[in-house]
Amino acid sequence: MSITTSRLTAFRTAISSAIVAGVLAIAGCSAPAEPVPTAEPEALQTITAGKLTIGTGLPAYEPWVVGDAPESGEGFEAAVAYAVAEQLGFAPEDVVWVRTTFDEAIQPGVKNFDFNLQQYSITDERKASVDFSSPYYETTQTVITVKGSKADGATSIADLKDLVIGAATGTTSFTAIEEIIQPTAGASAFNSNDDAKAALAAGQIDALVVDLPTALYLTAVEIDGGTIVGQISGAASGDQFGLVLDKDSPLTAAVTAAVDALREDGTLAALEAEWLADYAGAPVLQ
Amino acid sequence: MTQTQSEYEPSAIEHARRSFRIQRKRKSTLVAIASTLLFSLVVAIGLVSTPGWERVTESFFNIEVGIEAFPRILEGIWLNLRVLFFTTISVVVFGLLLALLRTLRNPVFFPLRLFAHGYVDFFRGLPLIIVLYIVGFGIPGLRLEWLGRIPVEVLGTVALTLTYSAYVSEVFRAGIESIHPSQRLAARSLGLSYGKSMRLVVLPQAIRRVAPPLMNDFVALQKDVGLISVLGAIDAVRGAQIEVATYANFTPYVLAGILFVLLAIPTVRFTDRISAKLAQREQSGSAL
Repeated sequence: MSITTSRLTAFRTAISSAIVAGVLAIAGCSAPAEPVPTAEPEALQTITAGKLTIGTGLPAYEPWVVGDAPESGEGFEAAVAYAVAEQLGFAPEDVVWVRTTFDEAIQPGVKNFDFNLQQYSITDERKASVDFSSPYYETTQTVITVKGSKADGATSIADLKDLVIGAATGTTSFTAIEEIIQPTAGASAFNSNDDAKAALAAGQIDALVVDLPTALYLTAVEIDGGTIVGQISGAASGDQFGLVLDKDSPLTAAVTAAVDALREDGTLAALEAEWLADYAGAPVLQ
Repeated sequence: MTQTQSEYEPSAIEHARRSFRIQRKRKSTLVAIASTLLFSLVVAIGLVSTPGWERVTESFFNIEVGIEAFPRILEGIWLNLRVLFFTTISVVVFGLLLALLRTLRNPVFFPLRLFAHGYVDFFRGLPLIIVLYIVGFGIPGLRLEWLGRIPVEVLGTVALTLTYSAYVSEVFRAGIESIHPSQRLAARSLGLSYGKSMRLVVLPQAIRRVAPPLMNDFVALQKDVGLISVLGAIDAVRGAQIEVATYANFTPYVLAGILFVLLAIPTVRFTDRISAKLAQREQSGSAL
């Protein structure tokens, strides 16, 4: 009996020391060195060689994209995307579109697009996770509602304080509600503009905050009886839209230069006049 | 021959046995402590020396972001708790009602049995998030004048009750049907009506029996309460999401997750204690 127990003990000791040694060995392994990227200054390092992958939302609304079909090039953002692609040296046939949610593209992490445009405002917080190009459009946050709601007829920000106001989570619209309007009941956050729009139509929220062209489109087309309450004026609410790129992307400089070139030669202004002429102008809330 | 039984003196061999057992116990405790320390040390060194560990700490365990995000997440958890409280009560009531409907035997109750059957099948199949969208956006969208504006918490409670009562009613029904028919027959033979025999004899035993799976559902409900955030309410999950967007850091998610786990642990321990007490009571046999 004593022989069997000591053999068992010896066996157990051998196994446990083998396991400990194994764990130590694995822990001691270090990762292999990162491969050095080959320098190709002429060719742009897009995620698919020879193609430019552009991201946008699903669905993509007017006036930014017409008919949820950015491949057509119709709509302000679709047109800007193709203009930037041309500046970078890509033909329209080399442009590939992918769809992402609003949140997905501004989270830190590897991206499946070269740049993304979905009315992203340039903010310092977002710059910690992604790169922005220079702005291609500037607009304000606007409050919209439906006729007959409590927000209908409000003329100042103070009128909105006691109401339930919503926006899509993670947007500058939401930040504008919390910082400028500061409703007593707190702001309502929704997964997307679609949900917020449904809540407004159902009467669950009194007002919704989105950027001005989206506001004009939603009230004119999507929401029955939708009306504009007014633009929010305030230091934080002047929104500049920029193209979103992966953090420290090799394309940032080239894309920024492309947008700057489009601004200087008047292309951006022309595209604005073509697609956003009907989408400017609303009263300003005091 | 006669040895005084008042003082028992262990023999030398018994002393040897006892000291051997004590020593063995001590030795195994020391070995366990040493092994745990060594293992923790190995794991800690392994983690810290992994490349990217600093980025992981920075991204998921950032203390400053956690402190900044904490108030909003705490407010959100409070909303979750309120909805959880009311949902639990309504789920238990409605689930029990459905279970009882299904156990009625009289043919005149056939439509009720059919309704309960259909309800349970339907709501166990329908995903909770669809129910939330339909109840949260669809019902207010009907714009019924007499409803007015329904608070988001109420809509969320309704949606959660509709879904969870289907699951819980099945648990109750399993409990009721597991009670030996002799109990019900004995109660009837004593002159108790159907209702009284249910209330006084069958249900107490049934509920005691299914307490563990019920608590399981309760812990699951604690987490599903977080789904009311799709309706616009800012609960712990949505609060964490907003803070993640503000700070470009994932620590708020980790913080909200930890709070949910801390919420679940006391419930689980409490459940275990209650189940142990009830099992002891059941297994000790009839005292009467």
